[in-house]
Amino acid sequence: MNTSSRIRLSEFAVEALVRVAGFSTIGFVLLIFLFLLREGIPVFLQVPLDNLFGTRWYPTFDFFGTLPLILGSLLITFSAIVIALPLGVAAAVFVREVAPNWAREILKPMIEVLAGIPSVVLGFFGMSLVAPLIRTTLGVPTGLTAFTGALILAYMALPTLISVAEDALDSVPKSYRDASLAMGATQWQTIWRVVVPAARSGILTAVMLGMGRAIGETMAVMMVTGNAARMPTTLDSLFRPVRTMTATVAAEMGEVAQGSTHYHALFGIGIILFLITFLINLAAASAIFQKRRRGGLR
Amino acid sequence: MNQPTIQPTNQPTNPKIRIEHVSYTYDDKTVLRDVTLAVPAHAVTVFLGPAGSGKSTLLRLINRLNDVLDHTRLDGRIFLDDQDIYARGVAVSDLRRRVGMVFALPLPLPGTIRENILYGPRLAGLRDRGRQEEIVVRCLTQAALWDEVKDRLDSPAVSMSGGQQQRLCIARSLALEPEVLLLDEPTSGLDPISTSKVEESLFELKQQYTIIIVPHSVQQAARVADHAAFFLTGELVEYRPGRELFTAPRDRRTEDYITGRFG
Ligand SMILES: Nc1ncnc2c1ncn2[C@@H]1O[C@H](COP(=O)(O)OP(=O)(O)O)[C@@H](O)[C@H]1O
Ligand SMILES: [Mg+2]
Repeated sequence: MNTSSRIRLSEFAVEALVRVAGFSTIGFVLLIFLFLLREGIPVFLQVPLDNLFGTRWYPTFDFFGTLPLILGSLLITFSAIVIALPLGVAAAVFVREVAPNWAREILKPMIEVLAGIPSVVLGFFGMSLVAPLIRTTLGVPTGLTAFTGALILAYMALPTLISVAEDALDSVPKSYRDASLAMGATQWQTIWRVVVPAARSGILTAVMLGMGRAIGETMAVMMVTGNAARMPTTLDSLFRPVRTMTATVAAEMGEVAQGSTHYHALFGIGIILFLITFLINLAAASAIFQKRRRGGLR
Repeated sequence: MNQPTIQPTNQPTNPKIRIEHVSYTYDDKTVLRDVTLAVPAHAVTVFLGPAGSGKSTLLRLINRLNDVLDHTRLDGRIFLDDQDIYARGVAVSDLRRRVGMVFALPLPLPGTIRENILYGPRLAGLRDRGRQEEIVVRCLTQAALWDEVKDRLDSPAVSMSGGQQQRLCIARSLALEPEVLLLDEPTSGLDPISTSKVEESLFELKQQYTIIIVPHSVQQAARVADHAAFFLTGELVEYRPGRELFTAPRDRRTEDYITGRFG
């Protein structure tokens, strides 16, 4: 065999390998999705919708109301974002715009390390330190509340939020800063009125990524939120225990009889969770897409 | 190598800006060497020279835009109306309001046309609606842009053409009623028609402002210059009234440059 045909053969082999890898990834995603649908769809057929979207989740008595779980997840996710967004943007601004070079060199890897802390460790931290603190300072019966979960989730979302927001700030051309400074703006005025607005689509992406991470988070949330499946509709709900969709699936999947309505209901929750995450990602993508099309800022 | 700079014969008696023995270094690279010149008021002065000769750097020094850079060194002094602008106690924001700057790339800030014009005045604390309206009309008119955009002041600034965006940037600098206007190759990205509009507006503006411009070509320099300074690798080679410098350069290097023999 001469060299050129050997090269052609190895070329072919590599290409085939890459193609198999690519297609099998798509295949696996599809398979998981199909499996989720197969195991979850039955509950939508077996349980009437007013039960399924009712306010009570007592599977032992055939109450499969997922509403408290959905609202629980949304409550702590949104609270977490409300906490994390100002902190994250402020931190990103500090790291990118204000901190001297040596501080930036230390801060950036530290933020990366933060992202790597296992969620069970954060859950433990929440249980043993944050929860007692909340119980004593707020005088509530238990420290395992939606707010505790939101704090921990905010903490978990922060590293991603900071890095992505920082990249967005970094991609604002230096000339924007010059243009603003040249008009007599101070450094702070330039940051808040020009650099941050110019980076807002990137910051929005950061928020969406953080939300995606928060709503799917399980372990830490299960450890610190008290897991009471009550409707979080009263004003004080933030400071009462809640239960999320993820915590429910994780806690009950081990004990449920395979093929039972309860089993299918847990997969049904999986489908709902998937839909919500999908919608969040879609919203993020379309926000970015619109921005691009308007030919606006990077 | 330091030939004496040829200074203008009609040294302005009352210069707006005086640059005295300015040298400047980035890291270890010296980009301006002992530059001394006086910029007359109410005239267009051009800074001419090949790329890398330090023209932009000198402009940025005049409104202290390089203050944020680390590892730089400035020697010499720069005076605006006999006030040393690098003296202790000079408020940089105030200085930059008196010395406006327009850059090579048109850079609308986020927001509408109106918001762009009012960015500076609002920062300076202007709230009065009527005054704001006046400023918008005045600046857009001065920058020869009013007729084109008067019906869409509230549309995004990025929706304008490149030439309009650049005139918007000029208008934006005028909003602060600066005394000096620095323009760094303001027409380098523009088509010939937009370019001539910008040049025309310079003739209007010099009645009221002191203008320093880095032109994007020798031809443009010759068209707009009342006074011309030729820079080469950080040195001021020759500085004289524009007509003299372009028709009868005294230094060999100036002549080579303006006749296109190098650079
Ligand atoms: N921020 C900076 N850091 C380091 N070097 C710079 C910086 N800005 C300009 N320079 C260098 O200074 C020299 C002069 O640049 P500049 O003032 O932009 O010249 P011109 O405007 O005449 O082309 C160039 O060699 C350039 O590489
Ligand atoms: Mg330049």
